[in-house]
Amino acid sequence: MTGATTSALHMVAQSEPGEHRTLIVTLFSVFVAFTLAVTVWAGRKTKDATDFYAGGRSFTGFQNGLAISGDYMSAASFLGIAGAIALAGYDGFLYSIGFLVAWLVALMLVAEPLRNSGRFTMGDVLAFRMRQRPVRTAAGVSTIVVSIFYLLAQMVGAGALVALLLGITGEAGKNLIVVIVGLVMILYVTIGGMKGTTWVQIIKAVLLILGTLLITVLVLAKFDFNISQLLGAAADNSGKGSAFLEPGLRYGVDTTSKIDFISLGVALVLGTAGLPHILIRFYTVPTAQTARKSVLWAIGIIGGFYLMTIALGFGAAALIKQETIIESNPAGNTAAPLLAEEIGGGAGSTGGAILLAMISAVAFATILAVVAGLTLASSSSFAHDLYANVIRKGKATEKEEVAAARIAAIAIGAVAILLGVFAGSLNVAGLVALAFAVAASANLPTILYSLFWKRFTTQGALWSIYGGLFTSVFLVLFSPVVSGEEKSMWPGVDFQWFPLENPGLISIPAGFFLGWLGSVLSKDDDATGKKYAELEVRSLTGAGAH
Amino acid sequence: MSSTPPTGRSPDVYEEVQQSEEFGELRRTHRSFAFPLTVGFIAWYLLYVLLSNYAGGFMGTEVVGNINMAFVLGIAQFVTTFALAWWYARHAGAKLDPRSEQLKQDVESRLAGGSTEVGK
Repeated sequence: MTGATTSALHMVAQSEPGEHRTLIVTLFSVFVAFTLAVTVWAGRKTKDATDFYAGGRSFTGFQNGLAISGDYMSAASFLGIAGAIALAGYDGFLYSIGFLVAWLVALMLVAEPLRNSGRFTMGDVLAFRMRQRPVRTAAGVSTIVVSIFYLLAQMVGAGALVALLLGITGEAGKNLIVVIVGLVMILYVTIGGMKGTTWVQIIKAVLLILGTLLITVLVLAKFDFNISQLLGAAADNSGKGSAFLEPGLRYGVDTTSKIDFISLGVALVLGTAGLPHILIRFYTVPTAQTARKSVLWAIGIIGGFYLMTIALGFGAAALIKQETIIESNPAGNTAAPLLAEEIGGGAGSTGGAILLAMISAVAFATILAVVAGLTLASSSSFAHDLYANVIRKGKATEKEEVAAARIAAIAIGAVAILLGVFAGSLNVAGLVALAFAVAASANLPTILYSLFWKRFTTQGALWSIYGGLFTSVFLVLFSPVVSGEEKSMWPGVDFQWFPLENPGLISIPAGFFLGWLGSVLSKDDDATGKKYAELEVRSLTGAGAH
Repeated sequence: MSSTPPTGRSPDVYEEVQQSEEFGELRRTHRSFAFPLTVGFIAWYLLYVLLSNYAGGFMGTEVVGNINMAFVLGIAQFVTTFALAWWYARHAGAKLDPRSEQLKQDVESRLAGGSTEVGK
């Protein structure tokens, strides 16, 4: 009976190359239905602004640690890093290390003081001791720009997955999927607010870890749990020999690429603590101590996950031909799903179809959840920083503010859908690295100066945010990412003159320098004295915290 | 600057606390731990990045089987991150939390007490 069913399934799978499609769509639909139910439940409990923006500050350290991991382990981590390792071997490894080490900055310098001194957004902390309107405007603008960069990466990931997994070659079909992803995400955010979105992140994080763990164990089992054997097979199968296991395949080509590697490394390690959708997670817990605990959990979960992506990346390199990976997606974004299919028994087998479907559904869930987190961060900042405090000058009621956030979420969702429709085939880990560079240049300097430097002023904050933002975006615009090369966003045109793909090495020091310069050159001393005393005492002790 | 008349009562309390011995000690305890450690782990991470870039021969040295120096140092970054996180948490729990809790109660009682005494 079981045998008959299996062979029947097998036949279906063989006769219809896209058999796994049905499975993927089913699994993904189950995820969407379940998370939407949770969202509706959370939405009923969302009564005031604190519920909408900060989930009522009711989450535990472990729950928030999972949710942070869910927000952080994006398609870039899952698909991008596995793909980068599968194609560039050791050089793909750097992403995971930078992404993880970065959490120490958040742990030691940002999470607790931010929780103690802000209410809902990054702008709250920056505006604490500065002139509200200009600083909140700047914080809102940079939050939205960073989130859009990050959204672009997620949508590119979605596009790549759709093309491979659902076998949809037509533009219309692909666009339909992107629209569905966008609409579900808008529902999460508008109905569930932070409470709903947090639960979506928690569910997704658990699924992603379980899925990755399963594939990792299966891969390692194939090599008798011998890492050396796995690495050896990856090196052989890659056709590059031991060079595949050494630094330099991607970034060691010439001086420019070596400097690019340093630039990337700096952006990764300093970007995390400036990512708005991560920062607002610290507001979902009751105290600074819980915020610390959530970061500790996140470091454990994210670290474990990245260790597994190493196995996935080298596993893909060991078991799948390089040409197959590149043919499926030139940037390697589909290496992990391809590996799942291979490890389950290969293309056309039932096991392969099931594992492929499972990993793909998890990847879709990942994209959906991260996109929801980003949309929530940018719509919160729009409503709380720009609408309530700048446009309405603090006179908006809580209800109006939350309504504005919901409308903003719909607008940003629409932008995400458009990005997904027009997105190309860039490596998503690379794109996310750009978001990190912008966050590290525009947000991190201002956050650190605000919290720890007495003489920081409004002018310093503005110079730092706008300067860091402008420098990083400007350099990206004239980098190989956008034009001049085959893998550029616009391969046909060439207006590139900045040689590095990642602007961090220039733009991060620029952000810090401008913050300092703007402060020492300010004529007004609005930021010194009493307000800093209050911020400092509150940020370190939690007195008067919301 | 300090002669500017206060706009409300609460900033006064915060300024007094900020100037206090206890708060200075809390700030020192946090900064003297977190700042050098941050510089340290960023330097350690950059060293790893630079070694990857400019010490290919060294990084390619085989340690066990196909596991080379680059791989070992990469995993070492994971290990040090976990260790530093744990160390910070221990430090914060033992040295920061008791002090900040004390000061928080101090500030909050003074703010509350102040408003009932002098409340307008």
